[in-house]
Amino acid sequence: MTTTVQRPSAPASLRRGLLRLAAAVTTPLLPDDYLDLVAPLRAGAELRGRIVEVRPETPDAATVVIQPGRDWQGHRPGQYVRLGVDVDGVRQWRSYSVTSAPAGRHDPITITVKAIPDGLVSNHLVRHAQPGTIVQLDQAQGDFVLPATPPARVLLMTAGSGITPVMGMLRSGALAGADVTLVHSAPTAADVIFGAALRDLAAGGALRLVERHTRDDGQLSLADLAALVPDHLERETWACGPAGLLDGLTAHWTAAGRGERLHTERFRPTIISPGEGGTVTFGRSGVTVAADGSTPLLEAGETAGVLMPSGCRMGICYGCVLPLRQGAVRDLRNGSLTTAVPGDGVLVQTCVSAAAGPCDLDH
Amino acid sequence: MTVMQRKPVNPIAHLTAEDIEVIGKELDAIRDRVMADLGERDARYIRRLIRTQRRLELGSRAVLLFSLFPPAWIIGTAGLSIAKILENMEIGHNILHGQWDWMRDPKIHSTTWEWDHVSPAEQWKHSHNELHHRYTNVIGKDNDLGYGIMRVDEDQRWHPLYLGQPLWNLINACFFEYGIAAYDLELGRNLKKGRHRDPAFRARARAVGRKIRRQVLKDYVLHPLLSGPSFLSTLAATFTANLVRNLWSHSVIMCGHFPEGVETFEKTSIEGETRGEWYLRQMLGSANISGSRLLHIMSGNLSHQIEHHLFPDLPSNRYREVVPEVRALFDRYGLKYTTGSLPRQVFSAWKKVIRLSLPNRRPRDRASNRSAPALRTSGA
Repeated sequence: MTTTVQRPSAPASLRRGLLRLAAAVTTPLLPDDYLDLVAPLRAGAELRGRIVEVRPETPDAATVVIQPGRDWQGHRPGQYVRLGVDVDGVRQWRSYSVTSAPAGRHDPITITVKAIPDGLVSNHLVRHAQPGTIVQLDQAQGDFVLPATPPARVLLMTAGSGITPVMGMLRSGALAGADVTLVHSAPTAADVIFGAALRDLAAGGALRLVERHTRDDGQLSLADLAALVPDHLERETWACGPAGLLDGLTAHWTAAGRGERLHTERFRPTIISPGEGGTVTFGRSGVTVAADGSTPLLEAGETAGVLMPSGCRMGICYGCVLPLRQGAVRDLRNGSLTTAVPGDGVLVQTCVSAAAGPCDLDH
Repeated sequence: MTVMQRKPVNPIAHLTAEDIEVIGKELDAIRDRVMADLGERDARYIRRLIRTQRRLELGSRAVLLFSLFPPAWIIGTAGLSIAKILENMEIGHNILHGQWDWMRDPKIHSTTWEWDHVSPAEQWKHSHNELHHRYTNVIGKDNDLGYGIMRVDEDQRWHPLYLGQPLWNLINACFFEYGIAAYDLELGRNLKKGRHRDPAFRARARAVGRKIRRQVLKDYVLHPLLSGPSFLSTLAATFTANLVRNLWSHSVIMCGHFPEGVETFEKTSIEGETRGEWYLRQMLGSANISGSRLLHIMSGNLSHQIEHHLFPDLPSNRYREVVPEVRALFDRYGLKYTTGSLPRQVFSAWKKVIRLSLPNRRPRDRASNRSAPALRTSGA
């Protein structure tokens, strides 16, 4: 049998050859390491963005305008972007809905952030972020989006910063011509993110806006909803807000047999609450063990027969570090806690760290 | 220097077991306090240093494209030497220690960093972080004591081969990075024991071979070729820069554990060692170099060898800050904080290399002091 291997085109192989040559000239670094010094947003670089402007929206929320790198592929209204920000020198990753309408791939995007109490990243972005700062980005993702042909009757249910993905939808113009009702909850009128813009849209007839100011009027109940929007179960619904609200809505729509009409977006899907000890999962080894709060993860793994990398066993050599996919660990030397949610990619020293709740190690 | 347990006057004889544990707790407290304080300014320090180093290296290599002109040769070679020193010492060594892992930046992390050195980062981390820092100055366990080719302690048995050690040391200094690579491979021991066919050893040896090829190709082929008519002068320049870097790092590192006043330890002394005892061994087994801020940066802060050995994963820019506290601790417990200027410490280390190339002057009375127990002392 004869096989023919397609020869790479001349320009492609020339390009590859030049790249290899450049890498040989800059070893042990890569040409990228030098290019990053001058052009961190260039095509071919890791995806990053530059903060262009930080605009206050409410006393505790701000819109951050970001110029994404050349490889940004754009977003669909309602999608979110993962953002890596250095806070106190430590890289922290969080997800934020894109609040700007889709535009050209080289145009800036906006995210809108509400500072939550003790929120490390949100407080940093709202109060301390400086124009010119480089942040890390991932491509937009998420399926909290409108279908290609928007439905004729739409209900948007949001609370607090849950308005952000919905604002992206409204600004995109995809809902133009549809019968849209937006029910939004916030403590007071001043706390309504995009308050002025939403009221303008309502005044222009683009939507019917129902603002619920919970400090005076209390939480919105399902009975309130039925009174405010009697046909809510007939509407294609997108809801975003705290877990309690979404759980209530999901139960209500499901009980009515209309579960498929409700689309929800949950912020902060995992809440890590540290404790003492926990089950440790070694994902790739397929092993799960229970470990107490004083057993190093390294020892727990070895006892369970996992082939663990190890070194000095006293916390100085960093030969045993493994990625903590999700969970919390406590440093046995000083009790300091490290928590991780998927995507954080936190590396922990297994020889001096014990489980502080369920832990999922990528090993 | 003599194994501490055999000295006529044991420098820790006045410490009780409780004292040693208290010292350990105090040092833990210093570490915890600094670790909790790490933040923006530290991140800015390392990023700025990396940026400066890369610009300096790039600029120097660009100047060397015209190295046929003597001023270009001198400026380019000086710049490249400094860039290579910064890269290995204050940047590479310290990142590979995990000092900057807390930033969670995958570009500045002990698990991803590779350095401008013929020993692959992976192998160096094993022999340095795992063995040297754990077994610091324990005869027979810490190969950094004489790198396996020299006698640096009265208690290492003399052999006629050691007569040549001043020369070996000079050659090692000139080609230090190759010495380190051979040392990380445990080349001598592995060849002697006939392990050259062992697949694990062969794989590691191949990795070193690949790294050497890449380094040589870059420094001695590609950059000279890019220089066109300046081929030979650029070759000489990169060779000189590597030589300068090797001599400098060898000198700094010799000052860390070889000067007079530094203690060594018996293998049996670390059996069942407590955290306090480990700390004490680091305190007595290291020596500092005094000098300016520039000297500290150029030495990768290994001029703060004592603080580095106490807290190997503490970011290097912080060593200077903990010196007063660490020193006060030494004073309070009547321990010797060994330090001196660079010329003095280099002289002291070389003097020892030369002195110990000859057999000990008088036979030691071993039996009488043998009974002094490990790091456990009078009170224990």
